[in-house]
Amino acid sequence: MSTLRARLDHWLPQLAVAPALAVSLIFFYGLTAWVAALSFTESEGAVSWAWIGWEQYRRLFEDDTWWKALRNLALYLPLVVGLPLVLGCGLAILLDQKVRFENSIRTSILYPLALSWIVAGTVWRWLLSPETGIEKFMHGMGFEGAVFDWIVQPGQAIFALVIVAVWHSTGFVMSMFMAGLRSIDDSVIKAAMIDGASMPRIYWRVVLPALRPTVFSAALILLPAALRTFDLVVVLTQGGPGQSSVLPAFFVFDRFFRRDQMGLGAASAMVLLLTCAMVAVPYILGELRKQRHD
Amino acid sequence: MTERLPGSSRGPARWAVYGSLLLGVLFFLLPAWFGLINAFKPLSEIQAGNVLGLPRSWTLLPWGEAWSNACTGAAACTGLSRYFIASLLVVVPSTIISTLWGCFNGYVLAKWRFRGADLVLFLMMFGIFMPAALFVFPLSLVFAKLQLSQSLAGLVVVHTLYSVPAALYFRNYFVGFPGELIKAARIDGAGLWTIFWRIVLPTAQPILVVVGTMQFTAIWNDFIFALVLAPSDQQLVTVGLNNLTNVQEDVPRYNVYMAAAVIAGAPTLLLYILAGKYFVRGLTAGAVKG
Repeated sequence: MSTLRARLDHWLPQLAVAPALAVSLIFFYGLTAWVAALSFTESEGAVSWAWIGWEQYRRLFEDDTWWKALRNLALYLPLVVGLPLVLGCGLAILLDQKVRFENSIRTSILYPLALSWIVAGTVWRWLLSPETGIEKFMHGMGFEGAVFDWIVQPGQAIFALVIVAVWHSTGFVMSMFMAGLRSIDDSVIKAAMIDGASMPRIYWRVVLPALRPTVFSAALILLPAALRTFDLVVVLTQGGPGQSSVLPAFFVFDRFFRRDQMGLGAASAMVLLLTCAMVAVPYILGELRKQRHD
Repeated sequence: MTERLPGSSRGPARWAVYGSLLLGVLFFLLPAWFGLINAFKPLSEIQAGNVLGLPRSWTLLPWGEAWSNACTGAAACTGLSRYFIASLLVVVPSTIISTLWGCFNGYVLAKWRFRGADLVLFLMMFGIFMPAALFVFPLSLVFAKLQLSQSLAGLVVVHTLYSVPAALYFRNYFVGFPGELIKAARIDGAGLWTIFWRIVLPTAQPILVVVGTMQFTAIWNDFIFALVLAPSDQQLVTVGLNNLTNVQEDVPRYNVYMAAAVIAGAPTLLLYILAGKYFVRGLTAGAVKG
């Protein structure tokens, strides 16, 4: 009896985690494997398992819209990761100067985090639209020549997406920096001041380097989120005008559901997954190694 | 409270600090102001060009319209209320189930060493980084085959499965949890379940709130799964809002659209006001320490 009990004790954790593991494996990796397989078939409007090798990938990289999506991503990604980092860090430093109303200010910058892209995008769409938003307001103020119509300009629509994405995530990055700033030991700063270092110099040489881990973890949250940007494109521009503001995740969805190009959609999904993996895998391996040392 | 940067507490530098913060606050509050203020205006006032100022005559009509009469492209024009209720039916069970299940898995992963634990961890962590756009298409086929799109239960299942990596937040929490209590209980003969219900769950309250808040927000705000997998007669609120504002009307009714947007954002905004600090704690806890 006692050996059975001991054996049960030994196996119980595995049995307990088994459902979660099975589900993870099937849900995340089974579906991924299925999409991967699909990307090597000629499927268009219906699933077909006729193997055609790398043909869909060749087609994908001859597709102008896909290249447009990649070029847009190359513009979008550095901006929506970089700007919240810079603005968030700046705002956190300002807010750390023992200002009044600190909590109200923090709340009014952080609240976008609670809103869905659809809610945020609905409001921003009218705000950015020349007929209803900021431009119209400027005209009403007497600035008849004011122009702010990025959202309808093919060359600038992607930057309209950037505005909303930056608005959405800066408050959150700011909060991370606040936590980082508060964890810096005051005595380090005091010592530098006694040495006669100027305030900007202290920030540049002492405070910012101490915030490096915060930069890293904020970027790690912003980057995958930016790679996956889909809702925002749907609500704000539908990829338009024309195809000027498509991003890869939108392209994937568009091919799968709206254009009956399953094989192409699957191939683009795999490329998107690969870019996510390039961010994720080094990070995860590093974390696991760190834990083993603990 | 410690004295920070004593040199910068007065003078023009002080004004620069407040000035920059004011600019920042204005930018971040602009959409909230725009959304709220226009939802209280008659449409004629917006058309006349008063888009950022206070209403000259206040009205509550847009709110009623958005809640119960606005058209969304569906057969009947019944406003956002149906969508709102359908979303509640999904978000409440999904949040509870996924949070409790994640808590249990995280606890097992943290406290019981077993072979292959690292692999499980790797597979779960990678799940956090996978784009939903990859899954919706195969899922839509699975749903069609199993006829899951008949009810909202399918969406609850998908959200629960997609949230399996949330176990990592609990794992991180329990790793730092003193083992003596558990050891003592094990010596007393308590099993995995007893320990979980009697000892672990009660002490896990802070992290339960963090993950619960996060799950509620993520599921309420989800668009892509809702768009593809919800039953056609029980669409969710994000989809409803998007349809409502894209309906082709002779005259776009911005005041109604703004009221609808505020209604659709209200639950998570309320949660944020009540439990704001948990938002950030939640988002950072998972990614910083895997």
